[in-house]
Order: sequence, then structure tokens, then C-alpha cells
Amino acid sequence: MSEISLRELRHSYLETPRTEEDWALKKMSVDWTEGGAYALLGPSGCGKTTLLNIISGLLTPTEGEVWFGDRNVTNMPPDQRNIAQVFQFPVVYDTMTVYENLCFPLRNRGIPQTDVDRKVREIAAMLDLGDMLPRRASGLTADGKQKISLGRGLVRSDVNVIMFDEPLTVIDPHLKWVLRSKLKELHQRIGTTMIYVTHDQTEALTFADQVVVMHEGTVVQIGTPVDLFERPRHTFVGHFIGSPGMNVLPCVIENGTPLFAGQPVSVGHAIGPRDGAERLEIGVRPEFVSFAAEGIPVEIVKVSDAGRYSIVDALHGGHVIKLLVPEGESVPAESAHIQFDPGHTQVYADGWMVN
Amino acid sequence: MAVKTQNPKAWLFVLPVVVLVAFNALIPLMTVVNYSVQETFGDNVFFWEGVKWYEEVLHSERFHAALLRQLMFTSIILSIEVPLGVAIALAMPKKGFGVSVCLVFMALPLLIPWNVVGAMWNIFALPDIGLLGRMINGMGIDYNFTQQPLAAWFTTILMDVWHWTSLVVLLAYAGLRSIPDAYFQAAKIDGATPWAVFRFIQLPKMKRVLTIAILLRFMDSFMIYTEPFVLTGGGPGNTTTFLSIDLVKIALGQFDLGPAAAMSLIYFLIVLLLCWVFYTLMMRHEAQ
Repeated sequence: MSEISLRELRHSYLETPRTEEDWALKKMSVDWTEGGAYALLGPSGCGKTTLLNIISGLLTPTEGEVWFGDRNVTNMPPDQRNIAQVFQFPVVYDTMTVYENLCFPLRNRGIPQTDVDRKVREIAAMLDLGDMLPRRASGLTADGKQKISLGRGLVRSDVNVIMFDEPLTVIDPHLKWVLRSKLKELHQRIGTTMIYVTHDQTEALTFADQVVVMHEGTVVQIGTPVDLFERPRHTFVGHFIGSPGMNVLPCVIENGTPLFAGQPVSVGHAIGPRDGAERLEIGVRPEFVSFAAEGIPVEIVKVSDAGRYSIVDALHGGHVIKLLVPEGESVPAESAHIQFDPGHTQVYADGWMVN
Repeated sequence: MAVKTQNPKAWLFVLPVVVLVAFNALIPLMTVVNYSVQETFGDNVFFWEGVKWYEEVLHSERFHAALLRQLMFTSIILSIEVPLGVAIALAMPKKGFGVSVCLVFMALPLLIPWNVVGAMWNIFALPDIGLLGRMINGMGIDYNFTQQPLAAWFTTILMDVWHWTSLVVLLAYAGLRSIPDAYFQAAKIDGATPWAVFRFIQLPKMKRVLTIAILLRFMDSFMIYTEPFVLTGGGPGNTTTFLSIDLVKIALGQFDLGPAAAMSLIYFLIVLLLCWVFYTLMMRHEAQ
């Protein structure tokens, strides 16, 4: 096991990338610490799978290097990298039994049968596959098959990292939760680095210690779920994580204070002078907006009940601001004033947070 | 368990199909059954003969020989065309410009009318003027398919392989293309050898299409008529007289309608039986 570092990585599926859009992955350097549980989160087509395939060696990056510890593995094929990968659709070898499926990666590596047998039985027990070992793999349900693909990674003792490419897509909703907890439990038990690709924020936030958010081929933020929630470094993170997403409102800076539609907004610190060419925005999550005696005057346009809280759409200067009101608190009828929590309000320039 | 409800009206909806099948299959088949139990003379004079023709056909050495030749021919071409077809499908490009080129080239032999295939190979293989015949003789091998049984067999088999391997290739290729990439990626990560990839991924995934390919090739080759008829005419002697050629000789050459009809029915039952055996064996394997 070792740390994985991606250095100055860039990838394009085209022969000769010309414009910035031709790059499926824009230039990035990312380090993955040993034993971490990472989630790679982003919408479809943002480059998650490309990044994963570069780490596993199914793809060779156009530029940059991949290091596993002190080894440069950039040009190594997957079988020499000591990685395991679980795919979106369960891959099992249909003609083999569950037992033979789990043996397969070990036998291919010429490991003696006694060791193979011991390891396979150990992992099968861990995955609750023990009593299914003699059955044919093709007869199992989707979650059983997905456990086999995972098991084929776990039986190997040389694995640096296990990667999951949206592994729960084809699993029934009520089993998703079970399998996800199983993964979390396995991670704590065996301590291998795990990278979990998903576009589902719930999956990412519950599985991972560190979430890597990707958007249009760029890593926009790496952080704990709390970081992503409280201090999104990019407006995309604000939108993508949280339900409803962050309010992003246009603003201008005057004397170090952001003004939204003429109203001053406190962000807890002064903002230095900007060059004026950028698009400036204020970001604040609906959770950190509240009604107050004074502040920004708004008109209430819509109230949706979401169970433990209500989502209120408030209008000011033609912009909708969403805020959450906990169950039991009253919502003003038509016009009111709102305030943003200064500690959780950020200013963004061209989408990126300004400190 | 759900109780099956029986609705007699349902049969009404099946009736049109029954009528259609009756006209295009059952009634013609029944006329053959009619011939097979009678002695036929001119002027529509018939004598009842019972199972006499069946006994005659089943005990006829001529029928046994034709059946044996037929079985040999079918097993030889199956054992060549199926592995060869799979091998070609595996070697074909997976993407890009080459795919369409290969597919068109593969489909070409299938588009040629059967008697044209026979005529082409006849001329191609003639020892005096044909390209193939001249070449083989030029290599110092005495080759004349119009006179040597072995050469006739060789040419017939070569012709069939040329004509029909494409079918297996196209089906196998379709089967291969439908395997998701994840399987190959997983195999790569599991450190599988190319042979293991073939044995545990490609072959199992191709099984359904190969079942169809084998069934189609079995039926077609077992009923082969036009190509060998044009190529060798069943000769030299009777060495390439397969069942259908023999049948036509009896029915139209000798005009023995009774024995020919009995032979048709036996022939039909053999094809049906063998198809059923093939299919059951392959499906049973599937179910396991």
C-alpha cells in the first residue's frame, strides 16, 4: 500500500487537442493518502471515470505522471499496478462458480492453492457470500454479483487501492444502503485506500472521509463533507452539494463590502479591491439565510413543505433567494426582511471563492 | 400458484395462423404423405401400399450411403466453419474504418445466389482452365474434381466454407461486440491471460449466437442441394450425392413418387430430430 499522487495530469481522448474544451481532464495534481476513503463526485460527463481509469491504468494520460508511492506507474498496465476495480455493471465470469470467481485473480498470479482457498473463504465470509461459494455466479442477484466483483479485489493482498465506478447503479434502492454500509465497514477493517466514483451526493458524503468534487474536467474542491457544505470553494460545489443548493447572487464590491442589488451583505471580513473584469457573486446556503427584523427586503413567492423544514422562495430585485425555515416556525405572509449568516456567506469571483 | 384460466375463444384468434400454416405447410406435407403410402401410375391411378416404401427406403443401401455422406459432409463443414468463423470474428477490428470494410467483405459471399456459387467454383476449380485447378496442378499435385472423389469432396467443402463461414463470422462478431468493456477491463485487472479472456468471457458470451449459428449451418448444410449439384452434379459416380441430390434423382429422374415421398418424410424427420437434439443439448448446458 502506498500513497497515490497524480502529477501535472492532463488527458484528452483526441489525437491532437487544440482548445481547452478538447481536454477531458484539465491539468491537475492530486494526492491520495494511504488508507483514505475518497469519493469522486461530479455530474455525468465531468471526467470522473476518465480519472479513475487513469489511476487504474486502463487509460494512459496524455500528459503528466501517476505515482504509487515511489514508483512511477504512468505506463504500467493495470495488472502490474496492484489495483482493484468494481465497475458500474457487475462483472462476473458466468461459467464459473462464486468460489472460482474469487479464486480467479489469485490463480492468474500463480498463488498456491492452499493460500488461495484460505483467502477466498476468509473474504467470502466477510462479504456474507460463504454459503453461496459452490453456486454458479450467473445465477446471483445484482448485489450478489457486485459483491463478487468486490471480492475479487479484496482477495488480493497486494492491492494498493480499490476503485468503485458507480457500483450501486444497478442495485435496488433498499439494498444500496446495506451495501454501502458494508463498504464502509470493510474500509475500516482492511484499511485499503478506496476511491468511490459517484454522481450521488448522499453516497459520496456517507462513504467518504474526503470528497473530491469534479466539474468539467477540473477538480474544484477536495475536502471533508463538512468543508464542502460550509465553505464551498466554487459555486458549482455550492449548487451540486446540498438540497436545495446554494443561493448564488450577483454582487458588486464597494469599499470592501459586497452589495447585492444595492443592499450591503456582511461576509465577516473585508474584500480587497477587484479588477472589475470578473463576474462577482455572493454565495449563501439556504440553511444560513433567516428572517429578521431588518435586512434585505423580500417578497415571499413560494413556500414548499419538505417535512422537517419548509423551503421558502423569496424575491429581491428580480432574484430568487431560497431559505430554509424549520418546522414549527412561522413564515411571514408576503413581505419580510432576511439576513445572511456572515460566517457562512462567501464572495465568488468567476465562480471561485475569494478569501 | 396462479390458476390458469382456459378460454375456448382464444382458439378463434389462432385460427388465421392455423389456416395460413395449413395452406403453406400442412396441406403440401399431407400430399407427400399421401404419395408415400401409395403406388402411383399415370392417369391418377393409385394403389395402396402401406409402409412398403418406408421399409424399402430404410433398408436401401443407397439411402444409407447418401445419409452417411450427408452426415460426414455436415460434420466436416461444421468443424471447420465454426472455429474458423470465431477466429475471424476475434481478429476483426473493433472500431474505426476497418469495421465496415470487413463487414462488407464478410457479407459478400452470402449475397451471391447459390447456383452462381456452384458455377463460380466449378469454373474456378477446373483442372485445365480454372485458376485454382491450374494452381494445384502447378504445385505438382494431381487434382481433378470431376474424376477424383477426394478432390470433389475437397472442392465441395472448400466452396461451402467460402460461402458460409461469413455467417458464423457475422453472428460471432455481433456476439463479441455486445460484451461490455468492463469485462475486459476487469479481466485485465484480474491478470487474466488472453486465453482465459477467450475461455471465460468471450466464449460464454458468444454461446447464444453460436447456438444459432450452429443450428443454421447444420440445417442448411444438411439440406444442401444447389451448390454441389452445379459443382459436381453428385459425382464423380455417387461420391458427392448428398441426401437432397439423391432425393431429386429418385423423384424427378426416376419418377418413383412413392419411395421419393417416403424418403422426403424420413429426411424431414431426421433434420427435425437432429435439430431438436442439438437445441436441447445446448439449452440444457445453458440451464446448468
